Amino acid sequence: MSKPRMFLLVPIDANTVIAGAREVKNRFSLEIGKRGLAGEAKVIETGSFGPADAGVVVAVQPDGVVYGRLAPDDVPRIVEEHLVKGRPYVERILPGEKPPPPPESEDARHTQLHGRVVLDNCGRIDPDSIEEYIANDGYFALGQALTAMTPAQVIEEVKASGLRGRGGAGFPTGLKWSFCAPVKAREKYVICNADEGEPGTFKDRLIMEGDPHKVLEGMAICAYAIGATRGYVYIRGEYAISIERMQRAIDAARAKGLLGRNIFGRGFNFDIEIRKGAGAYVCGEETALIESMEGKRGLPRLKPPFPAQSGFRGMPTNVNNVETLANVPAIIRRGAAWFKSLGTAGTPGTKVYTILGHINRPGLIEVPAGVTLREIIEEYGGGMQSGSFHMAQLGGTAGDILGREMLDVPLDYDALQKVGHSLGSGAILIMNESVNVRDFLHACLKFFHHESCGRCGPCRNGLHVLRDITGRLKDGKAYKDDPGLMQEVALALKSSAFCPLGQSPAAPIMSAWRYFKDDILSGVDSNAARPRMARSLRADLSAAI
Amino acid sequence: MANTSKSSCACNGACTDAVWGELDEFIACQERGRNSLITVLHKAQELFGYLPVDVQKHIAKALGLTVSEVLGVVTFYHYFSMQPRGRHTVNVCMGTACYVRGAKKVMQAIQEQLGIKKGETTPDRRFSLTTQRCFGACGLAPVVMIDNDVHGRITPQKLAKILAKYE
Ligand SMILES: Cc1cc2nc3c(=O)[nH]c(=O)nc-3n(C[C@H](O)[C@H](O)[C@H](O)COP(=O)(O)O)c2cc1C
Ligand code: SF4
Ligand code: FES
Repeated sequence: MSKPRMFLLVPIDANTVIAGAREVKNRFSLEIGKRGLAGEAKVIETGSFGPADAGVVVAVQPDGVVYGRLAPDDVPRIVEEHLVKGRPYVERILPGEKPPPPPESEDARHTQLHGRVVLDNCGRIDPDSIEEYIANDGYFALGQALTAMTPAQVIEEVKASGLRGRGGAGFPTGLKWSFCAPVKAREKYVICNADEGEPGTFKDRLIMEGDPHKVLEGMAICAYAIGATRGYVYIRGEYAISIERMQRAIDAARAKGLLGRNIFGRGFNFDIEIRKGAGAYVCGEETALIESMEGKRGLPRLKPPFPAQSGFRGMPTNVNNVETLANVPAIIRRGAAWFKSLGTAGTPGTKVYTILGHINRPGLIEVPAGVTLREIIEEYGGGMQSGSFHMAQLGGTAGDILGREMLDVPLDYDALQKVGHSLGSGAILIMNESVNVRDFLHACLKFFHHESCGRCGPCRNGLHVLRDITGRLKDGKAYKDDPGLMQEVALALKSSAFCPLGQSPAAPIMSAWRYFKDDILSGVDSNAARPRMARSLRADLSAAI
Repeated sequence: MANTSKSSCACNGACTDAVWGELDEFIACQERGRNSLITVLHKAQELFGYLPVDVQKHIAKALGLTVSEVLGVVTFYHYFSMQPRGRHTVNVCMGTACYVRGAKKVMQAIQEQLGIKKGETTPDRRFSLTTQRCFGACGLAPVVMIDNDVHGRITPQKLAKILAKYE
């Protein structure tokens, strides 16, 4: 059979399935078969290559055309016009989308270097095909690590690359591994944190759906480096497609001997299992995640001991985010120096973001670290959809709220820290003037209040107070001292809450105060008087003190 | 033990002997003890639709745990429910990305159309209504999940049509 001259890449992911991507894909196969084009045009099921709001998306390569908002009934037209007559069907073309290079093209390698490290395969290869992953240098890095490097060398390489954890905190990954490696134990574990609970973040989901083997390979390399024999992927229960694809990837890797016993004939044993999360935001915190894996309530543990010393079942455990692990194969294959050539000095490499809100093209992007907010909105987000930029929240609900002043600050861990902000998990929510900052703050606080695990007093009670204050501010009925009290309580939480969940509401509150002081103060009703505490209650309280 | 209170329970006939049997088979394949608890609870909820106390007692015994340990875990995680649910669960995303795109209005519209509040079930047992933080489908905000189907870009107008599809 001749080699296909055209590829139709159909992303089947959480966002497109809803819009009917499976039906469209089947229809394409049917129509192509009907016209006897099966040898020439190949339909490939892939993961997402970016757009999250464009219905069913199909990229036709090598023509570089991306169609969006497709229904099955559009398919015969496209096959007739585009595939047979060579005239793209303009009515359904998505403007401004850059399609991924076709899977078998010469310049794929080249284009791939145009910035995508983590998502290089997403939207290009069939995530259910281990062969396609291998054809794109997959498991090469694992082989290289096992056959040509010692575990210590692997850790050195990751350290030298400057890779920082992408789960939110930005902790240097190589350093984390080096804590776990020397600990002697009967068994060690690698856990991939795929709980992704931060509202507005779905990058890990699309990475797992688009290129599951990359995550597995990263885990295996990590396991070799630290001496672990078992790995777990802790995935949110709601992520049905991620769970399915990761499971199939694990089975395929096992069948090929890339997981299991004596991998690459080097006496290295490693296997991976999936654990489903049960819907608690705090379980994204690594020690709470471990508690949850042990079948308990997901309450964070006191650190130290850190998981590197005593984690899952009391054994040394290394927890990394999905995106962090997905960076590892490329670092081993191409070397630390190459990785450092991307991004900025403080944050080498790229960063995957989900960009959302009032922009024209919400979706998944991977950009060199250090790109500014303005560039993200204009170049990647297709500009504001309506109105003008009012504020942004970086890194999900626990992230900072930024005003216009921050549009030109480079997004990397260090540059942001210098101006008093942090990057967080990779969600960027862009808002126009239709969003009122008081309203928004209250929504954030309701979230925290709901998700507090109740273990420690400051968080359990403090969030209650903060929720009520922001509620009053939202309604324009706040007492005069509410804005001050709000900051006081937020800062008290920051210094006294047991885990970062309770500490983090200070981020949106204090940053909102910094940029939108007047807006917040406008929620105060100068006539409102704080009700006096009932006398008996006051007496009770003072007796208790 | 397994067959107690069948008549008095509200599972809509879900707790047949076959279902109990399937649960036991599943437990038999798991490691005994705490580490398997959440995996087993996931399975049990899938089988029964919710986690009544009888099921929890059964699981506690089978895994060698106390009932309070099991109950503690069930009540901690949002995913598990001790209330029988309607045939369909309508889950409205209240995450920030959905919020700025009008999740509040969607929630109001759903409450009006179903005539129930968050946490309740319609009298005909057709729908239960809950909320959640984020489904990771924020590109389609505002999002509503019905059973395992995610519906995006919801407007109050679109809602009625979507709800009608679930019998
Ligand atoms: C409340 C809370 C929620 C978190 N949620 C996640 C999450 O969903 N995914 C994640 O990778 N890390 C999450 N983290 C961070 C983890 O604790 C941990 O730092 C991370 O998994 C380490 O991986 P990294 O070094 O690769 O970033 C969360 C932390 C806190 C305090
Ligand atoms: S800060 Fe909040 S979430 Fe963290 S342990 Fe305390 S109560 Fe739980
Ligand atoms: S915030 Fe609603 S799906 Fe993410």
